Amino acid sequence: MIREKVRVKTFKINGVDITGQSNQTVLEVAREHDIEIPTLCYLEGVSCVGSCRMCIVEIKGSRELIPACTAKIKEGMEVITNSPKIEANRKMILSMLFSERSHTCSTCVANGDCELQSKSVELPLEHSQVPYLNQRFEIDASHKNFVNDPNRCILCTRCIRVCDEIEGAYAIGLAGRGLNTRIIHDMDEPWADSKSCTSCGKCVYVCPTSALYEKDVTEEEVLKKREIILELVKNRGK
Amino acid sequence: MITSIDDLQALAEKKRAECDENSSELRVCAGTSCLSLGSSELKKSLQDEIQSRGLNDSCNIKSVGCNGLCANGTLVSYCTKDKSKSTFYERVTSGDASGLVDSIQNGTPLEDRMCDISQPFFTYQKKIVLENIGIIDPDDIEDYIAHGGYLSFFRALDEMSPKDVIEEVKISGLRGRGGGGYPTGIKWESVSKVLSEQKYIICNGDEGDPGAFMDRAVMESDPHRILEGMAIAGYACGANKGYIYVRAEYPLAVDKLNRAIKQATKLGILGENIAHSNFSFNIEVRLGAGAFVCGEATALIASIEGNRGNPRQKPPHLSDYGLWGEPTVLNNVETFANIAPIIKNGGAWYKSIGTESSSGTKVFALTGHIQNTGLVEVPMGTTLRELIFDIGGGVPDGKKFKAIQSGGPSGGCIPESLLDLHVDYESLKNAGSIMGSGGLIVIDDSSNMVEIARFFMDFCRSESCGKCTPCRVGTTELTLLLDKFINKKATKSDFELLKEMCEIVKSASLCGLGQTAPNPVISTIKYFEDEYLAGISDD
Repeated sequence: MIREKVRVKTFKINGVDITGQSNQTVLEVAREHDIEIPTLCYLEGVSCVGSCRMCIVEIKGSRELIPACTAKIKEGMEVITNSPKIEANRKMILSMLFSERSHTCSTCVANGDCELQSKSVELPLEHSQVPYLNQRFEIDASHKNFVNDPNRCILCTRCIRVCDEIEGAYAIGLAGRGLNTRIIHDMDEPWADSKSCTSCGKCVYVCPTSALYEKDVTEEEVLKKREIILELVKNRGK
Repeated sequence: MITSIDDLQALAEKKRAECDENSSELRVCAGTSCLSLGSSELKKSLQDEIQSRGLNDSCNIKSVGCNGLCANGTLVSYCTKDKSKSTFYERVTSGDASGLVDSIQNGTPLEDRMCDISQPFFTYQKKIVLENIGIIDPDDIEDYIAHGGYLSFFRALDEMSPKDVIEEVKISGLRGRGGGGYPTGIKWESVSKVLSEQKYIICNGDEGDPGAFMDRAVMESDPHRILEGMAIAGYACGANKGYIYVRAEYPLAVDKLNRAIKQATKLGILGENIAHSNFSFNIEVRLGAGAFVCGEATALIASIEGNRGNPRQKPPHLSDYGLWGEPTVLNNVETFANIAPIIKNGGAWYKSIGTESSSGTKVFALTGHIQNTGLVEVPMGTTLRELIFDIGGGVPDGKKFKAIQSGGPSGGCIPESLLDLHVDYESLKNAGSIMGSGGLIVIDDSSNMVEIARFFMDFCRSESCGKCTPCRVGTTELTLLLDKFINKKATKSDFELLKEMCEIVKSASLCGLGQTAPNPVISTIKYFEDEYLAGISDD
């Protein structure tokens, strides 16, 4: 039933009729039509998990808000991407991300090239709406080139998906749960001791913040190559 | 080996005859609750006593599952030789063994341990799911067969097409007993219609709500009933493999289920080409490792697959894309336990019990501030007042009833003014709670409702898997906010933030855990707002 033929579907986004292919998601079709939906965990070229909840939209007939990145389009569906309710939700969720760990832009190497930061400008999030939790974690700086600082992680899991799906190394995973969830290498070994990590650096390039960053690089020199993944996928003809 | 319905009935006859001519029966409760009260020592003392008096041949002692009235354990029932009369005893200890055997010998009941079975706790119940419980020995497949076990499954194989089975379940109006209330027949039908070589049946035995122990009792006391329900589901949907996902905190249930599977496989009731048909079905038990979220369908499947037990966004639904990407039926223990009686007595019979929208019975675990802590099965539509005051015996220690929490951390608190509510899926939902799996926690007037809400919120906080932001951060923020109310340090804007955040966690979370986590807070604000306002300081 899932593997049906690709067909054209017509549906509505914000009251406007739009067509897309049946294997496309709401997010893909919206972006093709220049309808902006903010995303954080989404990364073109790897699978979608719908975990950050920034891209939530209203779909008529559904009680819950649905992430646009995982929602396949359906004939006749009615999607709203910009209601006051959605905007309030997105702001609160972004504020929750800021409050959770330690996101202090002035002391961060990703300042100016951080998706969490740019999202707060885009929404815009004028002030924090929830009390700060500032959960603290140990930093793993054992790797010769890279650092894993969970204090700046937003748990988007892009690094995991890139490592699994593009590099094929399966070096990164999650440990702990709830607020204590963090990125680990192999069986929670220091990064330097990871036997499966190939040190390719893709995880660092796609990290939306500086939870993963390159050593000895200044704020001016930070190079996030997020589009590299899509290029790799295209070149490999996946 | 049982290769036909005749074999099955012959075995049942043989076992029944054995029991009849053999002896009277002493049934000792060996559920988790009575075991913790020393029921295995009691059984040993009774055995010694019977042995020393040379009564081995005239009185048989067996361990049975939970009798329900856990508050008054250990429960023992004595059944006369012709099985026409039984006497029920409560609060029995090893010390009572000789007195009890005396009473058997001289035919006069042991007065001071007698349990009044004319009390509403017993008379208000209607047992379908629990009908064998307390009667059969869960370790003995023959005992189950003697009580009509596996007959529905063999009848379905012999006389019904898969479509007939689904039709019967649809007619019954049975809805998912895990709490969601999705019509079981429709769920099965959608899986049966998917074209796929491999399909799976999963039984969700990851009962994790605080105060809920319905499924545990069924798994411990009547494991074959679950296997039979799953096998019928497998036949109906075209699946040849079943998994029972049980939390590791239920070691007794795991033990009983594994033993049951082994026995059923040995007799050829499970396995390849069952009863010379084309249908094969095997069942395996998988253990949960302690995460509450693994009761959520997609997380449970991730866990069976050997992955981290994180939920995923639906759709695709399990009927399309379930275990290892194949079409999957996932039902709760109690749902499967209802299947054999439905096939045996017909869907129309089941439909005639309960209410229009919710047919059949529901098993509830009564806990908290209530006299008769235990397990009860009542028809849908029974009022909360009957459940709490008649069956449950009311609130003990002269305290006053304040609220009842249904549905665990996903449910809500219902106040006294709604006690005449007829319990079914819709009525509980309209009252701001949910049916849930069936845990009912009674709260007396010495409790603070904000603290109750905080307890459940903290539970969700510690059980959140951490995948999506609103649940991971929201449940923590909400717990801290509730602390401010409890410490009387909240502000008016905290109250607004509390309400706003509840709505956002509810609508934006990824899975059922987050989507329902704010329910205890929302319902207590609705019915007990005063207690929140009392937590707001003026300065």
